[in-house]
Amino acid sequence: MSQFVINMLFVGASFALYFGIAVWARAGSTKEFYVAGGGVHPVTNGMATAADWMSAASFISMAGLIAAGGYANSTFLMGWTGGYVLLAMLLAPYLRKFGKFTVPDFIGDRFYSNGARLAAVVCLIIICVTYVIGQMAGAGVAFSRFLEVSNSTGIWIAAGVVFCYAVFGGMKGITYTQVAQYVVLIIAYTIPAVFISLQLTGNPIPMFGMFSEHTESGVPLLQKLNEVVAGLGFTDYTADVTNKLNMVLFTMSLMIGTAGLPHVIIRFFTVPKVADARWSAGWTLIFIALLYLTAPAVASMARLNLMTTIYPQGVEAPALAYEERPEWVKNWEKTGLITWEDKNSDGRVQLYNDAAPAFTPTAETRGWKGNELTVNNDILVLANPEIANLPGWVIGLIAAGAIAAALSTAAGLLLAISSAVSHDLIKTLINPKISEKNEMRAARISMAIAILLATWLGLNPPGFAAQVVALAFGIAAATLFPALMMGIFSKRVNDKGAIAGMLVGLVFTVVYIFLYLGWFFIPGTATFANTPDNWMFGISPLSIGTVGAVINFAVAYAVSLATVAPPKEIQELVESVRTPKGAGGALSH
Amino acid sequence: MTSDQANAAAYWKANVRLITWSLIVWALVSYGFAILLRPMLAGISVGGTDLGFWFAQQGSIITFIGIIFFYAWKMNKLDKQFGVEE
Repeated sequence: MSQFVINMLFVGASFALYFGIAVWARAGSTKEFYVAGGGVHPVTNGMATAADWMSAASFISMAGLIAAGGYANSTFLMGWTGGYVLLAMLLAPYLRKFGKFTVPDFIGDRFYSNGARLAAVVCLIIICVTYVIGQMAGAGVAFSRFLEVSNSTGIWIAAGVVFCYAVFGGMKGITYTQVAQYVVLIIAYTIPAVFISLQLTGNPIPMFGMFSEHTESGVPLLQKLNEVVAGLGFTDYTADVTNKLNMVLFTMSLMIGTAGLPHVIIRFFTVPKVADARWSAGWTLIFIALLYLTAPAVASMARLNLMTTIYPQGVEAPALAYEERPEWVKNWEKTGLITWEDKNSDGRVQLYNDAAPAFTPTAETRGWKGNELTVNNDILVLANPEIANLPGWVIGLIAAGAIAAALSTAAGLLLAISSAVSHDLIKTLINPKISEKNEMRAARISMAIAILLATWLGLNPPGFAAQVVALAFGIAAATLFPALMMGIFSKRVNDKGAIAGMLVGLVFTVVYIFLYLGWFFIPGTATFANTPDNWMFGISPLSIGTVGAVINFAVAYAVSLATVAPPKEIQELVESVRTPKGAGGALSH
Repeated sequence: MTSDQANAAAYWKANVRLITWSLIVWALVSYGFAILLRPMLAGISVGGTDLGFWFAQQGSIITFIGIIFFYAWKMNKLDKQFGVEE
C-alpha cells in the first residue's frame, strides 16, 4: 500500500470518527449539550479546550522553530503555557461569574458603552484573522505534503475543507468531538516521539530521553547536538541568548495574549460553577503540557536526525550525495518546502550556516560555496517520522493529527469572528430587529470573507505558522487582556479609559508589526527590513504586544482618572463578579 | 460599610494576596530561572546542559500546572471560609 493511500485512510478514519461522535451525541440528547454544557466535567472541558487551543502552530510549527532556534525559542513553550496561570487567576472565574457569552459582551457591559463593545469587536476580528492566517499557512503545509501537491494548492484545499467544516457549524460546539480531536492529536504527536526517543536514547519517555545519553555516541543527547551544529557553523543548541529583553517581552506577550484570546476565554463560560473555571484551567494545562513537554524533545531529536541524515559519516566527512537522498526529501521537494541548489556543483548536499563569518574559512577549505539545502521549519514535525524511518502508519497518524489540530482551531476562530459580526456588531449595535435568518446569513458571509482573506495572506505568510500566530497573541495582549483585567481588578477604570486604552494599544502594536512585516501583511509592503538592527530597542515585532499592553494600561488609567468615575451600578457589578456566590447556571453556546 | 461588604472586601484582599504570591513563583521560574537568572544556574548541570535550560523547556511548564492547582484548591478553601461559595 502506498504512503498516499495510508495517509488518506488515517485522515478519512479520523473524520469519520468526528462525524460519528457528532451524530451519536446529537441522537443521545440534544438538550444536554446545548443547555449549559452543565454536564461537562472540568476534566472533559479541559480536554476539549486543549483541542481548541492547540492549533497548527503548536502541532506543526512550534517544534520546528525550537529545532532551528534551540534555547532561544523556548519562549513559545513558556509563553503558551504560562498564560493559563493568568487565565485561571485573573480572568476565568470572574468572567464565569459575570455569565455572558462573548468577550465584547463583557467589555460592553462593564464599560457601559457601545463604543467599548465596538472597539472590542474590532480588536477581536483583527486578532482572529491574524490567527487564521497562521492556521492556513500550517494547514497548507500538511495538505500539500499528504496530497502531494504544491504548497499553494495545499493552502486552497485547506481553505475549502476548513470552510465546509466551520459551516457544518455544530461540529465545533460539541465537546465530545473536541475530546476525540484531542485524543487523535496527542496520540499522533507522542507516538512518533516515543519511537524516536527509543531509537536515539533507549528511553521511551521523550521528555526524559532528551536529557539522556545518546546511545550511539555515549555522550548526552544535547551535548552531541551542540557538537554537531557547532561543527557546521551554527550557534550551540543550548546557547544562552544575548538579547534577554526581547526574550522576556516575547514570552510575556504570548502569556498575556493567551489569557486575552476570545475563543479560549469563552470555554470557561460554560463550566457549571465558578470553582470549576479554576480547576478547568488546570486540567486544560495538563492536557496541553502533554504536548508541550514532548515538543522540545521532538525538536532536539529531529534536528539531530536531520543533521545525521545529511552528514551520514559525521560533519567532518563529505555530505550526502544528492542522488542518494532519502525518499522523504524527494517527497517534500514536490511541495517546494525543501529546495536544493548545487552551488559548488559537487552533487552533494551541504547544509551549514553560511552567515557565520567564523565558519567561512572552514567552508572555503572544504570547497563549499554557500548553504545548499533550504528546509522550511514548518515541515519538521510532519517529516520527523519519515526522517527517522518509522513505519507508514505512523506517518498517516501524524497527518490525521496535524489536520485535526489545524481544523479544530481554525473552525473555532471562524466561529468567534462570525459571532462577533452577527451577534455583537449587527444584532447588538446596528440592527436589533434583524431576523434570525439574516443573522445566520451575516455569520456565514463574514466567515467566508475571513477565510478568503486569511487564505490569500496565508499564501505568502509574514512568517512561519507559529510566528504568525504569535503576532495574533501580541495583538490580544495589547488590546483585550488589559481591558478585561482592568474591568475586574479596578472599579475606577471607566468607559473612556477602556476605549482609549484598547485603541492606543491596538494601533501602536499593529503599526509596529506592519512596519516590519508589511502593511496589512501584504507581501513587499514592509517599511523596514525585519532584522534585529532595525528594531526599536531590539524589540522584535513578535514581542511588541507586551509594550502595547503596558501602554494600554497606562492610557486607560490616565484617561479614567481625568474623567468621571463609573456609575454606582457598575461598581456594584465589579463587586459581584469578584465573589463566586450567586452565580447563575452556565449559559449555552 | 455593612458587614457583608466588609466580608467581601476581606475575601478580595485575601484573593489578591494569593494571586500576588502565585505570580511571584510564576515569574521566578519562567522569567527568573529560565531567562534572566540562567547564567547564575549555569553551574548546575542537567543531562548535557544546565538547569536554566531545563526550566525553559520543562520545569516552568510543570510549575505552572502546580500553581494553578494550588490556587484552585486554596481558593475553594477561602470561598468556604468567607462563606461566598456557590
